[in-house]
Amino acid sequence: MKLECLRVIENHQLALDTYEMRLQGEVLPILSQPGQFIHLKIGQVSEFMLRRPVSIADVDREEKSITIIYKVVGHGTNWLSTRIIGDEIDGLGPLGNGFSLQQHKGESILLVGGGVGVPPLYYAAKELSKHNHVTAVLGFQTSEAIFYESEFSQIAKTWITTDDGSYGYSGLVTELIASLGSFTTYYACGPNGMLKSVQSQLSDIKGYLSLEERMGCGIGACLACVCQTRCNKGYIKICKDGPVVNADEVIL
Amino acid sequence: MNLSVNIAGLPLKNPIMPASGCFGFGKEFSKFYDLNELGAIMIKAATQEARLGNPTPRVAETSSGMLNAIGLQNPGVDQIIKEDLPFLDNYQTPIIANIAGRTKEEYVKVASQLDQQPVIKALELNISCPNVKEGGVQFGTDPTLAFELTNAVKAVTTKPLFVKLSPNVTNIADIALAVEQAGADGLSMINTLTGMKLDLSGKKPLLANQTGGLSGPAIKPIAIRMIYEVRQQTQLPIIGMGGVTSAEDVLEFLLAGANAVAVGTANFQDPYICQNIILQLPDTLSKYGYSSLKEVMFDSCVNPSISL
Ligand SMILES: Cc1cc2nc3c(=O)[nH]c(=O)nc-3n(C[C@H](O)[C@H](O)[C@H](O)COP(=O)(O)O)c2cc1C
Ligand code: FES
Repeated sequence: MKLECLRVIENHQLALDTYEMRLQGEVLPILSQPGQFIHLKIGQVSEFMLRRPVSIADVDREEKSITIIYKVVGHGTNWLSTRIIGDEIDGLGPLGNGFSLQQHKGESILLVGGGVGVPPLYYAAKELSKHNHVTAVLGFQTSEAIFYESEFSQIAKTWITTDDGSYGYSGLVTELIASLGSFTTYYACGPNGMLKSVQSQLSDIKGYLSLEERMGCGIGACLACVCQTRCNKGYIKICKDGPVVNADEVIL
Repeated sequence: MNLSVNIAGLPLKNPIMPASGCFGFGKEFSKFYDLNELGAIMIKAATQEARLGNPTPRVAETSSGMLNAIGLQNPGVDQIIKEDLPFLDNYQTPIIANIAGRTKEEYVKVASQLDQQPVIKALELNISCPNVKEGGVQFGTDPTLAFELTNAVKAVTTKPLFVKLSPNVTNIADIALAVEQAGADGLSMINTLTGMKLDLSGKKPLLANQTGGLSGPAIKPIAIRMIYEVRQQTQLPIIGMGGVTSAEDVLEFLLAGANAVAVGTANFQDPYICQNIILQLPDTLSKYGYSSLKEVMFDSCVNPSISL
């Protein structure tokens, strides 16, 4: 975990309201693992008091850079979208527990991503595809919102679904998953509703969810980002104990 | 420059401390800098039993501030004593324990337990949390109840007792005077202001609790005004807070009448903020013509209406 001034080396629109940014630094990119996130400071003055948690979509250790993909949903993410090459952004990270991927070899693994839940799965897919057979099911609202289809296709059997049927499979990711055969493990990231259905649909196999929540500190001190666990274990903090959690441990 | 200050018999090497609820029990921030650099640490509220707090979302950003409705989530006083205080014992920095409760009996019980802990150097009575139905703010908005509670807690502790005031009142000085009469050794102010934010696409409140406490630079002018008002009426030491993000802000609080200053929300934006403010404070004080912290205090506390 490090607070570092990161340099914008790329920032461009990828799909509807969705941007891809590459950030270069000295230490933070080297430390980053798949599934972890960075907490970005927005603006120079105190107008924006809360950092924005953004998951790490890819890491280039030689270039010392990380890739993030974010959707413009408000003033903060709009500020991010107007950064140009050479600008600096204050980043805190990498934060949280990522995916533990090393344990898998020769498995049939399913990745399920929805919208901006897709990016953290890309870095995971790259690592997993080295020793496993990976299938990716990626859900988007509409055809203009789709990104990374070709990137995923190079490393995984990739299926795209759209809510409005304008591209790929028309309907929910869960319907498509039901028709895809069996898997040993799954990883999912996306809107809570999607995670909830996937969690109950795939309850008989090992699963990991990457959770999202509104955050304050991002380091486990303020208790903004909790999620309820089973067996009266109380709450976990998504920023510190997550964002990746065992699917059978949390109540969404 | 000598930044040391003594508040209610509690010697601090500098007047800067993180505010309750914004620094956990210190562990996370100890990874960024040595907690011994801090004047003091105000730890997260303790209640008698463990509390789960409110459903999420619990926070939302607002212009120059944020709303929170954590709802006093904490593991309960026994667990805090067992799990969290030993870590803080590794530091020389005085720890100020924040106490909340549903009833007078609960406050008294938690206070007497924390009073027994050598690592705790002062108590902060939280009668101002706006985010729980029962848990304080009813005591913080009624001078009679505030008097009774302060009196009851004062009876079970020998440590300096600071009472944390709520800004959600018409006349904050009334409450300040009531707790002073009840034996409070100091005041801390202000807690958050009740606010609300709506989610336009969902057409409903953004926080699951509907309302939350507003903090950050947005509330600083209110904190300054309230500290100034209370300073006209009492000589009790005041730990001022509400929107502090810089050494200039600290000077403003000191001039308004505070004796020490706590930093809350800004820790989320910059985990090094307290350390940075402490480093910058001497230069800032010199820039405005002061050669010591005591000089600022003299300007503000002895005769606030003249200095401003
Ligand atoms: C996330 C959060 C949690 C808080 N928890 C507590 C608490 O447990 N007890 C308390 O007395 N005040 C609590 N506060 C209030 C702060 O201690 C402080 O009084 C207030 O936020 C104003 O200062 P600031 O603007 O610097 O944040 C909390 C504030 C925030 C933002
Ligand atoms: S964001 Fe503060 S505890 Fe997770």
